[in-house]
Amino acid sequence: MKIVVLVKAVPNPTGTPEIGEGFRLKREGVELALDPGDEYGVELGLQLAEQTGGEVTYVSMGPAGATAAVRRALSMGGDRAVLVTDPALAGADALATARVLAAAVGRQPFDLVIAGAESTDGYTGTLPMAVAELLGVASASFARRVELRDGAIRLERQTADGYDVVECPLPAVLTVTAGVASPRYPTLKGIMQAKQKPFEQLTVADLGLSAEEVAATQTVERVDAAPERGRGELVQDAGDGAARIAEFLAEAKVI
Amino acid sequence: MTTVWVYAEVGADGRPEPTALELLTKARSLGDAVAAVALGPGARAAAPALGEHGAQTVYASEDPVFAEFLAEPAAHVLAGLIAEHRPNLLLFAATYDSREVAGRLQARLGATLMANATDLPAPDRAVTQIFGGTRVVEVALGGPDPKLVVVRPKSFAAEPSGGTADVVEVAADVPEGLRRARRVERHEERAAGPKLEEARVVVAGGRGLGDEANFDLLRQLADAIGNAAVGASRAVVDAGWVPYALQIGQTGKTVKPDVYIAVGISGAIQHRVGMKEAKRIVAVNKDADAPIFEIADLGVVGDALTVVPALIEEVRRHRG
Ligand SMILES: Cc1cc2nc3c(=O)[nH]c(=O)nc-3n(C[C@H](O)[C@H](O)[C@H](O)COP(=O)(O)OP(=O)(O)OC[C@H]3O[C@@H](n4cnc5c(N)ncnc54)[C@H](O)[C@@H]3O)c2cc1C
Ligand SMILES: Nc1ncnc2c1ncn2[C@@H]1O[C@H](COP(=O)(O)O)[C@@H](O)[C@H]1O
Repeated sequence: MKIVVLVKAVPNPTGTPEIGEGFRLKREGVELALDPGDEYGVELGLQLAEQTGGEVTYVSMGPAGATAAVRRALSMGGDRAVLVTDPALAGADALATARVLAAAVGRQPFDLVIAGAESTDGYTGTLPMAVAELLGVASASFARRVELRDGAIRLERQTADGYDVVECPLPAVLTVTAGVASPRYPTLKGIMQAKQKPFEQLTVADLGLSAEEVAATQTVERVDAAPERGRGELVQDAGDGAARIAEFLAEAKVI
Repeated sequence: MTTVWVYAEVGADGRPEPTALELLTKARSLGDAVAAVALGPGARAAAPALGEHGAQTVYASEDPVFAEFLAEPAAHVLAGLIAEHRPNLLLFAATYDSREVAGRLQARLGATLMANATDLPAPDRAVTQIFGGTRVVEVALGGPDPKLVVVRPKSFAAEPSGGTADVVEVAADVPEGLRRARRVERHEERAAGPKLEEARVVVAGGRGLGDEANFDLLRQLADAIGNAAVGASRAVVDAGWVPYALQIGQTGKTVKPDVYIAVGISGAIQHRVGMKEAKRIVAVNKDADAPIFEIADLGVVGDALTVVPALIEEVRRHRG
């Protein structure tokens, strides 16, 4: 089975993000890491490839500094990686990103594309479906359990009140949530091997896309601090904490 | 003239999802012509409620294909309706189903799509919150119409306007090739009692409860209070103590109850996004520096395992 996993490099989640020029997220001098949410997709991809004797290709779009993050996926396993990086993509929005990723994925035959349900920094949760539409294949999002059965995918898809069981033919795009698989840690051997694996860098022109096709359709007009909610009363529990809360609930007329 | 459409999710029983009514209420202030698109069983029965909240027209189809197959039939039919009627703006709720449809439609139309919106100052402008709701960003939407905007639930309060809607039947001409990802079973994992999104009080627990068994204390507290639902932080959902359907926050549900009681929750920004709009917030945490106290109206520094059982007693006593 030929599997593609979409992986994104995001500003290191431990730091405080900053907004730079043109209201863009500051990425210079900011360390980029593999989106923790994408590690579940990587793990699922590796497991399915192991089961079927298949292969895993990582596809990512991001600044040149994203290489280390993509290589982290390679050190978990998999065969090769493609990073689309181009100054023209600096302000790319969801549509441009979907076009780029679909073009990069579509260069090779594939059976399954796996993505995270939502990225840590963008969290639109719509991008992989746009990729599926551009590729002309089936899709299902928010999978929390995935298995291969008779050449199709059977998955549990999260819903507001529980889950649905969905049967999805291949080829397909799937998005996965935490819990679909426990991501493995890269081993020292894996880290060494990752350095030898094919790692291709492509530009927008390499993908046959025009500047208009990746031009942003959204402009940030302003960024303001959100109104703060004031800090209220803080009491140390000295056996009376519960009584104080009960009083509060009674004042709010909910008991 | 500005035409605003709402992609309205409806239940098979003909009840529109609350998000559909929220979005229609907002749509009234954005456009002269407001319509809802409701696809699947229950669509026609939902039309009066949609009309009452501002839809002058409801494009409806009762065809089960829309409930049976994910996203593709709905995106296909929507694309056809859009080509015919050319709305300027199309609103979706940030739900599992609607997000799939919106993503596919964006790719088909080459339209702009704004996700996670919390407000729309104008038909071509949307507001979102970033960095865990600490910053508010206003974005101008360019490119061809319709603009697609995916709005977080509870961003607007649903208010009826007393209108009625004309129902326009929509043909479900869905090609075989678009009937692919198929729902074969549905499962509910919801606890008894009110829905998390609708309860007056939400009692939410985090890792500070120590283990899964202690989570039951929160159920007892919710029962004692009445009209209360139990929610959770992502840490305990990931640990498998409770189903994902209980998660509150950026990647979970948004709640706006009268009172939110956070027990053993640190108050990470991703959690706050889902609850900071609660009318009142109570927090119990043993760490006086826990970030949750920065937004709590009443904070109690103490051990959840002593405070909660005592609180259950207090509430029971109060209610007699
Ligand atoms: C992309 C992304 C999306 C996320 N989405 C969400 C989301 O939707 N929802 C969400 O909740 N989180 C989300 N998170 C995770 C979030 O960052 C936090 O990790 C999570 O909310 C922490 O959960 P917690 O407060 O239960 O656990 P902890 O942060 O471990 O906090 C436990 C708290 O319990 C207190 N405590 C310990 N023992 C006791 C005791 N006996 N009595 C009282 N208090 C005690 C501690 O002082 C501490 O403050 C997301 C993270 C990322 C990166
Ligand atoms: N720039 C990108 N490069 C590779 N994959 C991406 C990129 N942006 C988003 N994705 C994938 O799409 C998923 C959902 O992202 P989003 O729509 O931003 O929430 C992510 O978890 C990734 O798997």
